[in-house]
Amino acid sequence: MAVITGGSTGKLELPENVFVSKLDELANWCRKNSLWPMPFATACCGIELMATGASKHDLARFGAEVFRFSPRQCDLMIVAGRVVMKMLPVLQRIWLQMHEPKWCISMGACASTGGVFDTYAVVQGIDRFIPVDMYVPGCPPRPEQLIQAIIDLQDKIQREGTITGREFDTAERQRRKRALVEASELLTIDASRNPVIQRELSQTAGRN
Amino acid sequence: MDESTAPAEPSPSDPALDALAAALGPIESSTFRGQTRVVIDAERSMEGLRLLKELGFDLLVDVSCVDYLEYKGAKHRYGLVYLLAATATNRRLTVRVFVDDPDPTVQSVVPLWRAANWLEREVWDLFGIRFTGHPDLRRLVMPEAFTAHPLRKDYPLQGRGERHNFPVLTRDDG
Repeated sequence: MAVITGGSTGKLELPENVFVSKLDELANWCRKNSLWPMPFATACCGIELMATGASKHDLARFGAEVFRFSPRQCDLMIVAGRVVMKMLPVLQRIWLQMHEPKWCISMGACASTGGVFDTYAVVQGIDRFIPVDMYVPGCPPRPEQLIQAIIDLQDKIQREGTITGREFDTAERQRRKRALVEASELLTIDASRNPVIQRELSQTAGRN
Repeated sequence: MDESTAPAEPSPSDPALDALAAALGPIESSTFRGQTRVVIDAERSMEGLRLLKELGFDLLVDVSCVDYLEYKGAKHRYGLVYLLAATATNRRLTVRVFVDDPDPTVQSVVPLWRAANWLEREVWDLFGIRFTGHPDLRRLVMPEAFTAHPLRKDYPLQGRGERHNFPVLTRDDG
């Protein structure tokens, strides 16, 4: 039985079926156990994505088995496969149509870096253009790897989530992430010259 | 395959080629591993292809293109490939039409074969060959705003930055 100090007696006794937590923790617990994936499957990773949701690998064990094809009903975008120039505006539009809080898994080498398709039409990593929370390596990844990414994402939601979504408001989350930073760009990345980070820092300073 | 079903290969002395030569003058043709190729001048390609259609080559299988930039011994920059088939006699014929910069242009064969519509759009998209008389010469596979013709040999494999020319969405954008 939980015992909390405070109140007129100095001690508050709670019945067995009551426990005390933070509202953030409660929201995170609900959210992480009912992820609704949006399958953005463009290539062979999509086949593994389907296998993950099917009976053998049984994504229902983690509460994320209901794939919806409407972004309005989803909170987890799984980008499975290469994204080409013509597809990227569609991807961005679908991402914007999803409700907050939302997360993104970049599944496989192509979605994360362009993979072997280093050609004029293939986007070299979706994290150049939309926020990504988890990367799954592999070509294509096994369903177990995708399940691990979902478990890791659940941990992340439980660890940093807040009921009002304040965790998305940090400079780190706002920064454009890259699975593959090209050497020339590595040398030029400088937080003091990144307008997004600077904007965030000035806003944070303003609030404080 | 027995003799009765084996396709009759048009040899350089094929009647169709004879008729073509009679109409267009001397033509260059060759046979390699049973496949006959014939070269038609770009200016008279429509005339030649129409004649071949009348001679029985009623099916347009494909329209494609090759960029011979820096190709050893090549006399022209682009070589169009028309693959024809005669459904009645089961014969096939490859027609080559060569065009050059700065304005590679050839007559559209959409009036002869409607199948040429998208095939020619694809060649326009990827090689920049202009098909005059085409009813709807838009890009087929690349985005409409794309300006280059990426299967030309002088176009870099990784593009000219088009693949990175998009707005970046952050968490701020919703």
